[in-house]
Amino acid sequence: MTNASEPSGQPQPHISPTSTAVPELRTAAHSRRAFLFKLSLYLNGAVGAVLAVPILGYLLGPAFKKDSSYKSWISLGPISNFPEGETRLVDYRNPVTTASDGETGNVACWVRHIQGNQFQVFAINCAHLGCPVRWFEQSKLFMCPCHGGAYYEDGSRASGPPERGLFQYEFSIAGNNLMINAGQMPTLSNSACLKKPLVQIAPNSSIQDKEETSWPA
Amino acid sequence: MAGLKQRVVNVYGWFERRVGFEGPIREASAHPTPPTSASWWYVFGSAATVLLMLQVATGILLALVYTASAGEAWASLQFLNHSIYLGWFLRAIHGWGSDFMVAIVLIHMVQVFLFGAYKYPRELTWIIGVFLLLCTLGMAFTGQVLRFDQDAYWGLGIGASIVSRVPWIGGPLVHMMLGGPIIGGQTLSRFFALHVFVIPGLLLAMAAVHVWMVLHLGVNEWPMPGRIVSKATYDREYHELTSKQGVPFVPDAAWKDAVFAAAILLSVIACALLFGPFGPSGQPDPTIIQTAPKPDFAFLWIYAVLAYLPPELETPFLFIAPIVVIGAMLLLPLVAGEGEKHWSRRPVAVLMVAVIAVTLSVFTHLATFTPWSPLMEAWSGDPTPTAYLKGRSPLERQGALVLQDKQCRNCHALGGAGGMRGPALDAIAARMTEDQIIRQVLQGGGNMPAYGNALSPAETRALVAFLMTLRGNNLSPATDASHTITQSGAMRIPSTRSPQSSVPSP
Repeated sequence: MTNASEPSGQPQPHISPTSTAVPELRTAAHSRRAFLFKLSLYLNGAVGAVLAVPILGYLLGPAFKKDSSYKSWISLGPISNFPEGETRLVDYRNPVTTASDGETGNVACWVRHIQGNQFQVFAINCAHLGCPVRWFEQSKLFMCPCHGGAYYEDGSRASGPPERGLFQYEFSIAGNNLMINAGQMPTLSNSACLKKPLVQIAPNSSIQDKEETSWPA
Repeated sequence: MAGLKQRVVNVYGWFERRVGFEGPIREASAHPTPPTSASWWYVFGSAATVLLMLQVATGILLALVYTASAGEAWASLQFLNHSIYLGWFLRAIHGWGSDFMVAIVLIHMVQVFLFGAYKYPRELTWIIGVFLLLCTLGMAFTGQVLRFDQDAYWGLGIGASIVSRVPWIGGPLVHMMLGGPIIGGQTLSRFFALHVFVIPGLLLAMAAVHVWMVLHLGVNEWPMPGRIVSKATYDREYHELTSKQGVPFVPDAAWKDAVFAAAILLSVIACALLFGPFGPSGQPDPTIIQTAPKPDFAFLWIYAVLAYLPPELETPFLFIAPIVVIGAMLLLPLVAGEGEKHWSRRPVAVLMVAVIAVTLSVFTHLATFTPWSPLMEAWSGDPTPTAYLKGRSPLERQGALVLQDKQCRNCHALGGAGGMRGPALDAIAARMTEDQIIRQVLQGGGNMPAYGNALSPAETRALVAFLMTLRGNNLSPATDASHTITQSGAMRIPSTRSPQSSVPSP
């Protein structure tokens, strides 16, 4: 670019010949254009801020949803399916699913029928890192295949890395049906965490408080 | 023929006149490189870039068929493996390319670290490299999720469980990660977006800046012991070196990069042909709980660390350690931007690499056979060694049955078969007395559950009788030292059962 391309008719009062050779300096000297350019930046900044609101709202939408909005009472079937003194695996369809969930919308849980109307419904997810625990009738233990967490038949911690017992669902009996309040993957940070994690981990302490002390109503 | 050649030159000239790439490319490729840096040690960065290109290309090809829907992803992978011509091969190349890329990026990082190449003026190149490593690991993890099988499903569960431990905002973060209340369609969709758009975009952009900075600052010279990097003198010294002795990057150094890149690509192809694609393993049905999920190779060490951490340390460790490690990597060039480059003058650096490499290898090795996990089928599947049953009383044999039936074998090995969570029981009676065994079985402790509620008195008696026969290669049975003392009368307790006592009664 040379000076020759510049329209010669326009007045350029404050520009020295050397500065006109550099396009940036030439623009800077045009205070009106520089101002308009700055203004356009602010304008785009404002538009960006307006646009950011719905984008952030869309992105953070799931984060602001309350736990309770996902949960609802669903039936696990008639009580007669669960013989007294036994712990059985039950599958249910998550109350909230989407069209693309497929088989991941199915959830398994362990139902322990103690006696009469006394039940315990355990989440399948280990309280350590969420792997599926398996029930062993003979040794009356739940064992986790991932890092070796083990739980007693009442869900209290027996050994391994979990810092608490198994997650439990709230249950109720409606007519002849066993109902649970379910809807989301239980983790240490949501309402599945009915009992606070043990602060003191003593391997044998769980035997003493084994008797069914804290059932969610 | 000459006419054709002329026509090609003309067409090239037509484009070059309009695009103008030739000048910058010629300049970049001929940039002077220290002759010592035209080395086989300097080929890993370019190999990582070539692998990135391979991953982009094969990834796009896989996306032609893959269905990013939780209900259909697994089936579309089976379709790719079995019904699409050479679909299995493309999956295998993408999978092995991923493993190779993680490995090469790590090797590149170690080389740069040991050669002091992160020092002035290449600090920012290193810092961007750290983010490139994180992106590469991010691609490996999200890629494992897209292989939407049992391992991916429960791997997401592990991820969500870890995220849930974040103080205060753990719950919202889990919902952000999963996109909903459970691992499902929206979870896969967002990991698809991360794996296909977000992280590759970051990776390509940062790799471009990374390469640009290498061109801009020049390839690191071969470090020499005693040649100190100083901000005051380095630029002049480097300029002197390259202007006096420098060789053009192309072809003097580039041919080694090209040969190594070709060798790496051939290795990826060979692994793909020999070992085939990764999975998918079982279908991602959460009601199928007969599974032992495991992460991919690059994350096995984390799997092991999570098994060995004491429970009360786990949450702090999970969130403090990554910040410390990544922070240290980012701050390294800013803190140690000058001084010695040569590894022989940086013993701490060499020691760090050695310790980290050994640690990661050991944890990875442990995670390949997970000694901390109970073997879920050992109790019903592993036979009791016949030597342990020969000549035993009915009660002892009954005890052997109890041992199997109560799943003891899931954690305890007999004759080399069974779980490794607890100690092998082959010589248990040589280590523990009968009283100790009874106490341990009934009350547990030392990371063993208490079996008091799961064993009847008869079962306990039989089990202990059997365990008391297990003395390895006829070792002498364990004795309780206090028994000997009390029986010998050393405690000055009158005893009628130790007539041979050598201590005279007072």
